[in-house]
Amino acid sequence: MYRYDEFDHAVVEARVDQFRDQVTRRLSGELTEEHFKPLRLMNGVYLQLHSYMLRIAIPYGTLASRQLRMLAHIAREYDKGYGHFTTRQNLQFHWPALKDVPDILEKLASVEMHCIQTSGNCIRNVTADHFAGAAADEVADPRPYAEILRQWSSLHPEFSYLPRKFKIAVTGADRDRAAVQVHDIGLHLKKNAAGELGFTVYVGGGLGRTPFVAKKLRDFLPEQDLLAYVTAILRVYNLQGRRDNKYKARIKILVHETGTAELTEMVEREFVHLRDSELKLPDQDIRAIETYFTPPSLPYRPEGDTVLSEAITHDAGFAAWARRNLHTHKHPDYASVTISLKGIGEVPGDMSAEQMETVADLADQFAFSEIRVSHEQNLILPHVARADLKPLYDRLLATGLATANAGLVTDIIACPGLDYCALANARSIPIAQGIAERFADQARQEEIGDLKIKISGCINACGHHHVGHIGILGVEKKGAELYQVTLGGSGDENAALGDIIGRGFGPDEIVDAVDTLVNTYLDYRQDRAETFLAAYQRLGSAPFKEALYGGEAKVA
Amino acid sequence: MKLLAANRLSDGIAVWLGPDGSWVEDICDADIVHDAVGEEHLTAVARAAVAANQIVDPELIDIDLVDGHIRPRRLRERIRAAGPSIHPNLGKQAARNAVVHLT
Repeated sequence: MYRYDEFDHAVVEARVDQFRDQVTRRLSGELTEEHFKPLRLMNGVYLQLHSYMLRIAIPYGTLASRQLRMLAHIAREYDKGYGHFTTRQNLQFHWPALKDVPDILEKLASVEMHCIQTSGNCIRNVTADHFAGAAADEVADPRPYAEILRQWSSLHPEFSYLPRKFKIAVTGADRDRAAVQVHDIGLHLKKNAAGELGFTVYVGGGLGRTPFVAKKLRDFLPEQDLLAYVTAILRVYNLQGRRDNKYKARIKILVHETGTAELTEMVEREFVHLRDSELKLPDQDIRAIETYFTPPSLPYRPEGDTVLSEAITHDAGFAAWARRNLHTHKHPDYASVTISLKGIGEVPGDMSAEQMETVADLADQFAFSEIRVSHEQNLILPHVARADLKPLYDRLLATGLATANAGLVTDIIACPGLDYCALANARSIPIAQGIAERFADQARQEEIGDLKIKISGCINACGHHHVGHIGILGVEKKGAELYQVTLGGSGDENAALGDIIGRGFGPDEIVDAVDTLVNTYLDYRQDRAETFLAAYQRLGSAPFKEALYGGEAKVA
Repeated sequence: MKLLAANRLSDGIAVWLGPDGSWVEDICDADIVHDAVGEEHLTAVARAAVAANQIVDPELIDIDLVDGHIRPRRLRERIRAAGPSIHPNLGKQAARNAVVHLT
């Protein structure tokens, strides 16, 4: 994985010193909150309901075991013994004291981590496919490009005060596992007919108050033009994006109000000036960054198939886990393992310090010390020999991390919601827990098959509800929580926003409503191969509406 | 009826203004005001405490007294007074005498 060079080290260490000074001056009263707030936000420090919150960047979701071990140490030493992995592939601590944050940043810097650009109107953490560098279906590893974007965007003077925050995602396989079409810029890595690498470029996607699927600006942008073209987009946005209204300031609104054709023209005009500038990426620079992401040398382990089939025969729990939580690796003797952070009744994305340390140890023992964070709030061990899966599973089981539900109805994305967040209007986590408990039965979950439920506790949509096959949005109505349901959303290569199905449900009704939707799907699906999403696309909303509200219509 | 909620500057912990002018960590100990004069007093105290760098984000919140116990009207403030509803072992609710009225 990428290792800091002397410049990275110098920048991060200087930032720690600078923020230590700023915190000292704030606590002494030399800086007012008005002065300090933008400074703390630039360092990932938010103020929430119960305490401050510290958001730590995990670039493109790639973590080394030593970094996860440090996160465990910080959780125990400075927080309440746990951390929360987010839909932005980051980690949040929900209870740090402001006075301790400089020490936390210093410890993070010692393992090449920081909180820079995890807040504010700048280019945020660049996200990527969590199976990058390992997936069999990958055209190329998207992370070298994400790293190039990270280096270019870090403390970029022109783009540090954009109209609003800016999120870039990169994916490298036909199957989009990074939801690139709901980002400000989505980059889908492809090869052209000549075998050259480049990107399909999407702009103006986003969720939140005004959701949009991104528009395609380029079918194929050669890889060497990446920075010039992204700069052209950012430059148009920085000049033309609205600064008069926070709610209309994201690039998606500019794209929508300008129109795709005109915006494309504006970007292409800028690009003409930049294409042959110093932003053109020399081939040797791209290849040099790529070397940081060279997969570990994977010895042949042909005994895997025999070991695996033996274990599957004798251990039904392992068999279920192997059915759901493995992803096909480029190397036939290996697999990528999803460690579900969605144990039944647990908090989606939460992990205790002890579990972090266990996973760090397991990564060292079985997975070349590499860990990934998925935007679906799970962890991934990208390279595990199939022959080692059973001992790995046994260790995960012992620490409560072997839930066999990747991609199933209980593998729910949920934002922290009103249990923590100062912006939230309703709780998300208890709803996720209630649904998970309702569908806990493994056989039933597997019978239902692939189904993505995503829950947000407010309109800002950190829980990605618009792209959930079943999306749930918590709102406050007459002082009480109310949950609106959307159906048919999708965050993959066929991105779509869900349709609002009808009136919302109270906290004590929403789990039953989801149950009704799932049962309706089971009643109407053609066969097991037709997923919930496919069935919804074929049937439309009518049978689901009838199942949820039919009785009411008859009564009325 | 209202009281004054805020977060303490140094550690961000939720606090409320107590009757003796100190910032208390349990909403049960907060000072309740019943009229516009009381609210003006709380607003003035909030302004001074912000200026003195004791607290951030002060807010007057509406409350009721239910069986003699303070109950904020908004769920947001009830959760703030108790702690995360999903973790009864964390936040104010974990401390002695904290009263949880979430629903």
